[in-house]
Amino acid sequence: MADKQLTEQDIVAGLAEIVEEVAGVAQDEVTKEKSFVDDLDIDSLSMVEIAVQAEDKFGVKIPDDELANLKTVGDAVTYVAKNS
Amino acid sequence: MTSLRQATGVAATRILGIGSFQPERVVTNDDLSKVMDTNDQWIRDRVGIIERRFADKDELLVDMAVTAGKRALADAGLEPSDVDTVIVPNCTMPSPIPNAAGQVADRLGVTAAGAFDLNAACAGFCYGLSVASDLIKAGSSGRVLVIGAEKLTDVVDPIDRANAIIFADGAGAAVVGPSDTPQIGPVAWGSAGDLVDTIYMRDHRYIHQEGQSVFRWATTKIAPVALDAIAAAGLQPSDIDVLIPHQANLRIVEAIAKRLRAKGARDDMVVADDIKYSGNTSSASIPLALDHMRAAGRVSRADVVLAVGFGAGLSYAGQVFIAP
Repeated sequence: MADKQLTEQDIVAGLAEIVEEVAGVAQDEVTKEKSFVDDLDIDSLSMVEIAVQAEDKFGVKIPDDELANLKTVGDAVTYVAKNS
Repeated sequence: MTSLRQATGVAATRILGIGSFQPERVVTNDDLSKVMDTNDQWIRDRVGIIERRFADKDELLVDMAVTAGKRALADAGLEPSDVDTVIVPNCTMPSPIPNAAGQVADRLGVTAAGAFDLNAACAGFCYGLSVASDLIKAGSSGRVLVIGAEKLTDVVDPIDRANAIIFADGAGAAVVGPSDTPQIGPVAWGSAGDLVDTIYMRDHRYIHQEGQSVFRWATTKIAPVALDAIAAAGLQPSDIDVLIPHQANLRIVEAIAKRLRAKGARDDMVVADDIKYSGNTSSASIPLALDHMRAAGRVSRADVVLAVGFGAGLSYAGQVFIAP
C-alpha cells in the first residue's frame, strides 16, 4: 500500500479498519472530524496500538511526540498522507 | 604459565521448588479513588488491576523476601543448609548499602552464603534465574535461592495517578538445583539503554514512566525476545503450555500473547493475569504469578512455561522452564 499514492479515502478506510480492530469502534464511526479521545473514546494506550498498526499499514513512522498532535482522524489522515 | 584447576559443574538444572509472599493489606481501586482522581473502571480499562497488596510501613523488602524464600525451600523439601547461594533481584532497597541478599540469607539460616542483589528492574527474576542456573552449571554453586522482592510503595508518589494505581509489594522465590534432565532453557536477554529516560526515578525519589513509549516498546519488542527464548530451548511456540510475562499491565500481557499466537502459540496456552489481584510487583511478579497459578491449578508439574521480564534500563530477559 505504501508504494502507490494513497487517496484520502484509502487512508480513512485503512485507519477505520485499525480503529475497529484495536478499540472495537464501528468503521463507519471513523470519520475525519472525529476526535479519537472525545468522540471515539480511545485512550492513550490504544492510540499507541493504532499508531503501531498504522506504521505497518501505511509505511510511516509515527513517533510518540507526533502521536500527541494527532487529535482527530483528520489529523492522522493528513500526517499519513504527508509522510507515507 | 600456571594452570588453575577449575570448578566442576553439572550439565543441567531445574527449579526444585517455589514460594511467594504478599502483604496482608488489600488496596482496592475504590480505596485509591479516595486519595486521587481515578476510579475503578478507569484503572481496570487501562491496566487491568482490580486490587493489589501494599506492605505496612515496618514490613520491609527483606522481610517479604525471607518469607517467600522459606516457602520455596519448604516446597522443594530442602533445608537452608542445602542452599549455598542467595540472589535477590530487586530495585527498591531503601539504600544501596547494605544489599538485601546477605540479610535474607542470614535470616533464612543459609550460613556464609554467596549472596548478592541483582538489579534488572522488572526483568530481574528472569535474569536471576538464568544466573542461578549458570552458577550451578559452572560449579560455582550447588543450589541457589532466587528471590524477587520489591517494596514499590516506597518509591511511588502515593497520589501520582499514573503510577500509584499500578505498583505494589510482594516477593516470589525459586530454588534452583542440579537436574538429570535440562529443565531451564537458555536465556534470551538484552538491554535498550537508549531508552533509559522512559523509566526513571523523578528527583531520585519517585518512579516516573513515559507511559506511551514504554507501552509501545513492551508491546512490540518483547514478543520477539520470547520467541528467541523458545528457539534457544529448541522448541516451537506451539510447545508452550503457560506464558508468564512480567505483570506490568494486562494490556501489555495480552498484546504479547496475541503476537505469540500469531507465530503459532496455542489458543489454549494459559496466560498469566496475576496482575489483576497483585498489581505490578516488578521483579516479584513472575514468581508470584507462577506460585498463584500453581495453587489455582492453572499450572501443573511438567508444564512448559515461558517467562519473560522487561522494564527499567530498559532491560529484558526470557527463558523457558519446566514447572516444578
